[in-house]
Amino acid sequence: MSQYMLLLYAPEADEAELAEREAQLPVWRELNESLRDAGLLVSSGRLHDVPSATTVRVRNGDVEMTDGPFAVTKEILGGYYLVDCRDLDEALKLAARVPLARYGSVEVRPVMDMSELQARAEAAAGQA
Amino acid sequence: MSASGERRPAEDDRAAAAVAVAFREERAAVLATLIRHVGDIQLAEDAVQDAFTSAITAWPRDGVPANPGAWITVAARRRAIDRLRRNRSLSDRAERLAGLLRLDAQEHTAMSEDGAIGDDRLRLIFTCCHPALELPARVALTLRVLGGLTTGEIARAFLVAEPTMGKRIVRAKRKIADARIPYRVPPDEELPDRLLGVLRVVYLIFNEGYAASEGERLVRGPLCDEALRLGLLLSQLMPDEPEVWGLFALMLLHDARREARVDADGRYVALEEQDRTLWDETRLREGLRALERSVRLRRPGEYQLQAAITALHVQSSGAAGTDWSQIAELYGALVKLNPSPVVELNRAAAVGFAAGPEAGLELLEPLLGDPALERYQPLHAAHAELLRRAGESDRAARAYEHAIALSTNAVERLELERRLAALHAA
Repeated sequence: MSQYMLLLYAPEADEAELAEREAQLPVWRELNESLRDAGLLVSSGRLHDVPSATTVRVRNGDVEMTDGPFAVTKEILGGYYLVDCRDLDEALKLAARVPLARYGSVEVRPVMDMSELQARAEAAAGQA
Repeated sequence: MSASGERRPAEDDRAAAAVAVAFREERAAVLATLIRHVGDIQLAEDAVQDAFTSAITAWPRDGVPANPGAWITVAARRRAIDRLRRNRSLSDRAERLAGLLRLDAQEHTAMSEDGAIGDDRLRLIFTCCHPALELPARVALTLRVLGGLTTGEIARAFLVAEPTMGKRIVRAKRKIADARIPYRVPPDEELPDRLLGVLRVVYLIFNEGYAASEGERLVRGPLCDEALRLGLLLSQLMPDEPEVWGLFALMLLHDARREARVDADGRYVALEEQDRTLWDETRLREGLRALERSVRLRRPGEYQLQAAITALHVQSSGAAGTDWSQIAELYGALVKLNPSPVVELNRAAAVGFAAGPEAGLELLEPLLGDPALERYQPLHAAHAELLRRAGESDRAARAYEHAIALSTNAVERLELERRLAALHAA
């Protein structure tokens, strides 16, 4: 089993579109339940609007804060799923089941296994 | 002759030839199985490369083994064990290593293991052509991993700088490993789509070789050969898939005319003007047999229709003897199956021969407004031909000029210029 992060991006919606999306709430609930029942769901969440974002950077020891998102994009990160999947095919199938995929984009990213990270660091140290 | 030293040139030549044959015929299968065992394409590729490198010194010295494929398999597996012992960065290394060592211990039974598991080359094809990889990466990876072409050869075939191609291939292999693209033949419900994806990659390789989109030469033989090898392999591994046979037939029927498509000066020769004695009869027959095989499976598809059209072209005695109305009909079926402006264009051209240039123009002219075709040279070349035949010389000349401006292939451009000059002379 590997972990995959599904990042949910969608364009900002006007009121009519928003109502349309809200109407799909039962579909979301169904998806979440079926993921939980299958034991695939690690966590999931919906994010507040972009204007609520604060971006933090530490430069020369100073904490810099920017009011707003890291990058201004047309499609906005609005939520995520962290899931356990056998392989990429399974994760891609899940991504296609997310209702947002019909009007937005779901980016599927494999989460690095910490033991793998450790092994890579050791290998790099061994070569040096 | 061999008395003076331990080196016997004739033996060396024989051994070198045997290594070359083994590379061509055994490499993909050995690699595909090793990838399943070690779970990492790069590591398996390096180990197989090591095995061939050691064959180059061992075979002239010890003689060519009775079963070269088995020799390479064992040598590659041992190299993989060495590499796995050294490489600590793979997460399931211990497991993989144990599996390989177990295989190595039961060496004589290991050879029969593969039958039950199916052909690993099929897994490898589906992995290389996975839709999560961008199309150029699928093409490059297929040529590299299945075809055994070097990065330099692939870069030259696609007119891309070698470092660019190298990065493309490395990135694709890393994505397969990091994102865990599965090493398997897709389940039944996904198979039709995924198979079409594989066939698309193979046909793209063939087309890039057959009608080189850029550069000075019209045909790049090695790419055609590689695509045909993949087509043959797929037809052996998936003999019940009609589209596999359809694509194989299509490629064979085109390839049979490879020599006749370009004249001694490297100029493009249109089908109706080709010297038919240059056609490869054996290959044509192979192509027609493959087409029959696909038709017998009774599930029509895009490639089968295209192959059937090509078969009608090659079986006729010349442009005048061609059954254009049947070709137009097959294009009609193709448009229904896979509506695309390019197919519409071919249909218009066929109708132009079957029912006269005016009927062809009627179908073609709406396509001139299609933004997808705006810079599509064949559209304007076909438009010019139909106008010329309809006696509209001025408009034909303008269409030729348009086509010439869009042509990126030197050989094709020369032919268009020749036709324009003939029009002016008339």
